[in-house]
Amino acid sequence: MAVATPLETETRPARMGPWLFVRRYPTVVAGLAILLVMVAIAVLAPWLSPEDPARINPRMRLRPPSAANWFGTDHLGRDVFSRVLHGARVSLFVGFTVALASTVLGLAIGLVSGFLRRLDAVVMRVMDGLMAIPAILLAIAMISLSRSSIRTVIVAITIPEIPRVVRLVRSVVLTLREQLFVDAAVSLGARLPRILTVHIMPNTLAPLIVQATYVCASAIIIEAILSFLGAGTPPDIPSWGNMMAEGRTYVLVGWWLLVFPGLFLSLVVLAVNLLGDGLRETLDPRLRRSARNL
Amino acid sequence: MAGLILRRLASTAIVMTVVALFVFGMLHLAPGDPAAIIAGDIATQEDIARIRAKLGLDRPLVEQFLVWLGHILSGDLGRSIFSDRPVAELVAQRMEPTLALAVTTMLFSVVVAVPMGILAAWRAGSWIDRLVMSFAVLGFSVPVFVFAYVLILLFAVNLKWLPVMGYVSFREDLGGFFKSLAMPTLALGVTYIALIARITRASMLEVIHQDYIRTAHAKGLALAPILLRHALKPASVPIVTTIGIGVALLIGGVVVTESVFAIPGLGRLTVDAILRRDYPIIQGVILIFSGVYVLINLVIDIVYTILDPRIRY
Repeated sequence: MAVATPLETETRPARMGPWLFVRRYPTVVAGLAILLVMVAIAVLAPWLSPEDPARINPRMRLRPPSAANWFGTDHLGRDVFSRVLHGARVSLFVGFTVALASTVLGLAIGLVSGFLRRLDAVVMRVMDGLMAIPAILLAIAMISLSRSSIRTVIVAITIPEIPRVVRLVRSVVLTLREQLFVDAAVSLGARLPRILTVHIMPNTLAPLIVQATYVCASAIIIEAILSFLGAGTPPDIPSWGNMMAEGRTYVLVGWWLLVFPGLFLSLVVLAVNLLGDGLRETLDPRLRRSARNL
Repeated sequence: MAGLILRRLASTAIVMTVVALFVFGMLHLAPGDPAAIIAGDIATQEDIARIRAKLGLDRPLVEQFLVWLGHILSGDLGRSIFSDRPVAELVAQRMEPTLALAVTTMLFSVVVAVPMGILAAWRAGSWIDRLVMSFAVLGFSVPVFVFAYVLILLFAVNLKWLPVMGYVSFREDLGGFFKSLAMPTLALGVTYIALIARITRASMLEVIHQDYIRTAHAKGLALAPILLRHALKPASVPIVTTIGIGVALLIGGVVVTESVFAIPGLGRLTVDAILRRDYPIIQGVILIFSGVYVLINLVIDIVYTILDPRIRY
């Protein structure tokens, strides 16, 4: 059983030296480091890439990794390294946008429905129904009904993610609603919008941030899966899922077409998950208590 | 008890109605004219009109929904736009491989994941625990199809132990059946195993430090009965609930896994339908998968309210 030292109970990252922070949260630091590198790759992709990712070179088809093409070339002779670097853009953009959009929408719906009981019953049934449809199938259905574009993909991934956020926010609201400080605010004549935004919302932020990282990880995976199935990012934009979909035909002769995009994809998701786990341990007081009881 | 089960059934019916409303509503809420999008870029006006009539888009909305719901409840899932064959028939043809893959994966995952979680909880903080937890994080991070290709490159291309793709029915060749499902099961199972192992560890941890477990130790009971009977039993509610909820994950994964391994199941049917924008098929598959998911969770709920005296709403 680990005995909590006073230092541990009053953890304040801001006052901690950087090395102490690394030692205490090695996984968070690792996740953050990988993620920052990936964001840098995504932003700087046009300058980091040795070649134009779309440039076709018929004489250089399906070449294995070499000094000139670090990750080899694909069936059209395009440089896989340059394409993998550009693929980071789609994945991270979709991941961050979906995380932001579903968190904001889920927060709004959860706050209101947690407070208004009449609405709550209806909203929760709708959320239950949404959650009963597997996310990938729901996204596939939405995409099959609209023209393929990144925006469609983002909408199609965001909607299935909303119920999880709503449930989380609602559960926090339901416990807070009974608290004395909310009663006090009500009896002082505060209106609903003010109670929700000033008194309730700040208390949902910590679990919400953790949830947002998990949504981000799941959005990156679903985008890749949709693209891999041919229902995601338009084929002219290099994304990791698209690249693996094109490479799958050559699985017997060109392992590099599948391994490198797959590796980057897994690394990004791993980084986001590590960050989420670390944040959960530091932000969620419930979990911290149970961890101390071990 | 009966009232409780009735309430559960009622709420399940509501959830399925909401699912039906979603599936139906999507066709109408989609931006632009769905008939034109389904018909494709080179379609003529007649094609579009034909598809619109086929999907029933030319009638009033409420009437459309009620007619559609009536068909569904009587087992008619509509007709494929591409082949004009009944969706119910297409789905029935493709059911076996999907069911086989889903069931083997579920059994395999539970058999592997629960002991992993128990071991991790029992030796919390040790290297075993860290190994299991690292595996869990990896399992959540490596997408199904990426792991599937790692397996293919390793076991089929390099070592040549297993067939690269395809499905062999158990009615034809039992050995071939298991060989053809080995890699898909492993690939599909990883995320599911991670999920179950993690919740098993967490719920075992909550139980394992309680006084009655210490008492069991003190009176000299062997480790296995303590872990399995005294600890696992009360810890099993969240585990089984998670196994049920994880079915949604499994279903999404089935679609991808079947596509990678060229297994002719419901997933392949769906993916082929995406490329042809054959919405009735996608709609039918969603309804069936959601129905299965809701049903499994309903059964789990009911069984638990009967078996576990602690659960009384």
